[in-house]
Amino acid sequence: MRDTFIYDHLRTPRGRGKPDGALHEATPVELVRQLLAALKSRNTLPDDALDEVVLGTVIAAGEQGATIARIAPLLAGFADSTPGLQINRACASALEAVSLVAAKIGCGMADLAIAGGVEAMSRIPMGADGGGPHGIDPRVSFHTPFVMQGISADLLATLNGYGRADLDAYALASHQRAAQAWAEGRFARSVLPVRDMMGTVLLAQDEHIRADATPATLAALKPAFAGLGRSMGFDALAIQRYPEVDRIEHVHTAASSSGIVDGAGLMLVGSAEAGARLGLRPRARIRAFVSVGSEPALMLDGPTPACARALAIAGLAPADIELWELNEAFAAVPLRLMQTMNIPHDRMNVNGGAIAMGHPLGASGAMIAGTLIDEMERRGLGLGLVSLCAAGGMGIAMVLERVQ
Amino acid sequence: MNQAITTSIDADGICTICMDLPGEKMNTLGPALTDPLEAALRAAMADPAVKGIVLASGKDSFVAGGDLKQIGKGVDLAGKRPEEIVHLFSYLSRLLRWMETAGKPVACAVGGLALGGGLEIAMACHHRVVTDDPRIQLGLPESMVGLIPGGGGSQRLPRLVGLAKALPMMMEGRSVGPAEALAMGLVDAVVPAARLIATAKAWLRETGDAVQPWDRKGFCVPGGAGSTDAGFRNLFIGANALTRAKGFGNYPAPEKLLAALYEGLQLPIDKALGVEAKYLAQLMMNPVAGNLIRTLFVNKGRADALAARPAGIAALPCARIGVVGAGTMGAGIALCAAQAGIEVVLLDRDMASAGKGKAYAEKRLQRAIEKGRGTPARAAASLARICPTTDYADLAEATLVIESVFENRAVKEAVIARIAAAVADTALIASNTSGLPISGLAASAGRPERFIGLHFFSPVERMGLVEIIRGAQTDATCWAHALDFVGRLRKTPITVNDGPGFFTTRFIGAFVSASLAMLEEGVKPALIENGARMLGMPMGALTISDTIGLDVSYHAGATQAKERGTAHHAGIIGTLYQAGRHGAKNGMGFFDYEADGGKRLWPGLGALLPQLARQPAIGEVKARLLHAQLAEGARCFAEGVLVDATDGDLGATLGVGFPSWLGGPFAAMDTLGLAAVIAECDRLCAAHGALYALPDLLRAMAAAGQTFHGDRAAPSPGARRAA
Repeated sequence: MRDTFIYDHLRTPRGRGKPDGALHEATPVELVRQLLAALKSRNTLPDDALDEVVLGTVIAAGEQGATIARIAPLLAGFADSTPGLQINRACASALEAVSLVAAKIGCGMADLAIAGGVEAMSRIPMGADGGGPHGIDPRVSFHTPFVMQGISADLLATLNGYGRADLDAYALASHQRAAQAWAEGRFARSVLPVRDMMGTVLLAQDEHIRADATPATLAALKPAFAGLGRSMGFDALAIQRYPEVDRIEHVHTAASSSGIVDGAGLMLVGSAEAGARLGLRPRARIRAFVSVGSEPALMLDGPTPACARALAIAGLAPADIELWELNEAFAAVPLRLMQTMNIPHDRMNVNGGAIAMGHPLGASGAMIAGTLIDEMERRGLGLGLVSLCAAGGMGIAMVLERVQ
Repeated sequence: MNQAITTSIDADGICTICMDLPGEKMNTLGPALTDPLEAALRAAMADPAVKGIVLASGKDSFVAGGDLKQIGKGVDLAGKRPEEIVHLFSYLSRLLRWMETAGKPVACAVGGLALGGGLEIAMACHHRVVTDDPRIQLGLPESMVGLIPGGGGSQRLPRLVGLAKALPMMMEGRSVGPAEALAMGLVDAVVPAARLIATAKAWLRETGDAVQPWDRKGFCVPGGAGSTDAGFRNLFIGANALTRAKGFGNYPAPEKLLAALYEGLQLPIDKALGVEAKYLAQLMMNPVAGNLIRTLFVNKGRADALAARPAGIAALPCARIGVVGAGTMGAGIALCAAQAGIEVVLLDRDMASAGKGKAYAEKRLQRAIEKGRGTPARAAASLARICPTTDYADLAEATLVIESVFENRAVKEAVIARIAAAVADTALIASNTSGLPISGLAASAGRPERFIGLHFFSPVERMGLVEIIRGAQTDATCWAHALDFVGRLRKTPITVNDGPGFFTTRFIGAFVSASLAMLEEGVKPALIENGARMLGMPMGALTISDTIGLDVSYHAGATQAKERGTAHHAGIIGTLYQAGRHGAKNGMGFFDYEADGGKRLWPGLGALLPQLARQPAIGEVKARLLHAQLAEGARCFAEGVLVDATDGDLGATLGVGFPSWLGGPFAAMDTLGLAAVIAECDRLCAAHGALYALPDLLRAMAAAGQTFHGDRAAPSPGARRAA
């Protein structure tokens, strides 16, 4: 394997994933087009520079389906020769897209590629693709009972004894850190304001952050998944899989769960040769990337085995990692990884995460990998790890090394 | 009438085919009906003079569905290829599909209930006319007996009324009356009985369309179907989750039914019928349906009909009974008897206590009315039949007196003696003891031959089982009259021989003992409770103990130990009782009980118990809970407590919550195979002791290739004892 580098990355701000969200009028292909065009222009890439464009999208339906990654580069001015691929590894999709092009580049089958993801959740809501067989097809669902993700999050908290106060405290920190990061301009280099057809900015900053959140406002919220857990039988299904549990403690609220948002994120990935040829400065070397499966009812504990395997491949120990980015699907998820990998909170998601800024499913992996690189540069650190849990019981992890 | 099918053709060329199975109260589906029906249909379809066909019934009902006795016996499928098995079970489906596509219109005249196969025949007709009698029930209850509709019903019903309305009818066995059936589109016309056939014929003459909606181009399932239809998807997400949550994967029928619906509704009708047939074949090859049907329908039906009752004994004259002890059990017995039209003298030591018993009955009756069962007038009449008293002289005219006082030998003996002194010589005296041997108590009854055990279950008004215990001296008349009384209450009787704990109390005792043994070994309490639920028990032993009351359990344990002359091992129940934790009644037991009805395991439990560093797998917990019960059942059988293994199956499932999907402990042992049961019990006995010890008889049965049920059934030692 030859070395593979991340040369640049960009994301849109994240808009509230509702009809009143600022990005609601932007189509998913337009979000991607603006990012592609900006990457092309600020790195002065020739039209035919890309050997591959891979985009992750979880709900690949309608205007967000049918290989959006093929048509978007053409809209952005890349040549007809640029191929596109759309993939789905649930919430791990964008980081999987980066992994996929890293593998192609590493083995010499490609030189330069753009990978990432897009999810316009206000326009193509969850379920719009029919949702697949799990949970719906009885034969599938009786073999492997489907548990709604929020119940899995409460199960993860129950199994590990995370109480409501633990989760609320984590959520509050996420909002405060994100607000501070924006206030200090830490995202300035990586967030591209999204514009309308008149060139007017639709959104320049993440729209979901609640900078004014307090312990009292968080404590006032009702558990988000208690009703469905009881009325739909999901609690019982979770307990059937984890019979050592007396009952599911419903501790997650809307505030300690990731927000539904619109957004896209992309990374420019290439070999050393491609970078040299185009005069690009490498920002990070991809040291290891791995995806794993985990038990589907608990669903959200894939990051631990994924990180362990990625570290083993890179020949590193958890203590070697100076900065961690883990997608905040639910507050219990980072709490669990901090516990299993013995990570202090001041090295985990130091600029906030999806609880504050939102989780545009198929795009999140590229966004938080970019946040990690920016922060390693700002702090002058060497090694970082980015990870996400994914629906159906999966995890992904990637070790990044900053290039001096 | 000695023909199942008669046909007649009128002047308009309409052939009426009338189904009327000779010698039966109802038309049930089997070759005796379907063979001549097919012949009549083929003749009518081939006869050029016939323009249309009316299907009708010569009974009060239309067709009542399959013959459960026949299904319960099972079919020998050995050596058959999968497609042969599917073919075997799809006869009705293929016949009906041919009928609806044979080119001539068929209307049905449904003058009475049409359930299961009966409704399936109706839905395969091109036009359905029903009599406007609100008592008529139309439904597809197959999943209640472990099966799915096999005559196309699972596919035609949602194609007629939509999935949302079809699901509860098939999943919960909910039937509908004529008006609701018409409103939902299940039937085409509801008319007075006198116009039933004429209306069907009129449709054949005037419209007579011989093409079903699902055979037309562009047909859509009402309400939508398919994996991209949000309504369809959401119905399945909910139904799949709830079905597995409630059934723990033990009951295959609802799961196969959902699969047949999901897959079938996305297919054209012919392929859909094939899918239904394959899932039905899978269920027929699974022992669950056979065990459910045999125990809960065939054998229960026999017990309800008092099949064991000795002949030649006049029925119990039963205008008035007495119940002594007006606690929850006594009050429940009084209520059930009053509802059956019997006067009840409800006696307790003071009027306040006796009145409390009547008040309990009033409360239950009120609740029943609120839930739509019973009328205020009927409830008032029932209540008026309960006469609270403190005077034993009021028992004088009772033909049966049941004592239901505190479970203590001395107390019971004193009460029985007072009853004996108050009643006529011919009156029956019964004890509702849950475990004290009847033969010993009988000595206090003056004439021991008229004394018997009538063991009711709590809450009496909801539990359908009564365990009748024959003491050593109980005579046949007394036993026959006890059966008569249980039959009068419309409960299911089983009869067992005497012994401490009889059958049911011993049997559930094994379950509770196995649970508490695990708890005291250090198995997590949640694992034990969930293991019981996942096995199919209605509740775990800790919940049962809390419900009974830990004080009651503690004292009952002490009493039993005294009866048996053994030391009382109070264990964790004793510890909790001493700590003032009396169970659900004071909000504290193994669980803490919350104001909103929720409960959670008491966090303090951990400090009182060891905790194994390596917890057993859930499969091992379930194995221990199941085999403790199987071993206890085998011991009861070998010791002659049970007269018949059938009583053990009924008693365990209806009385003490043994999983119905296993059909009872004896059905379960037959299904698992005695060799496997012996191997597992021996393994568990070596690891955990005598709870799993098997009697020699079981090994002898295994060696001789005997079973508990069927042609190779071993003779019951209890039958010899009873005789």
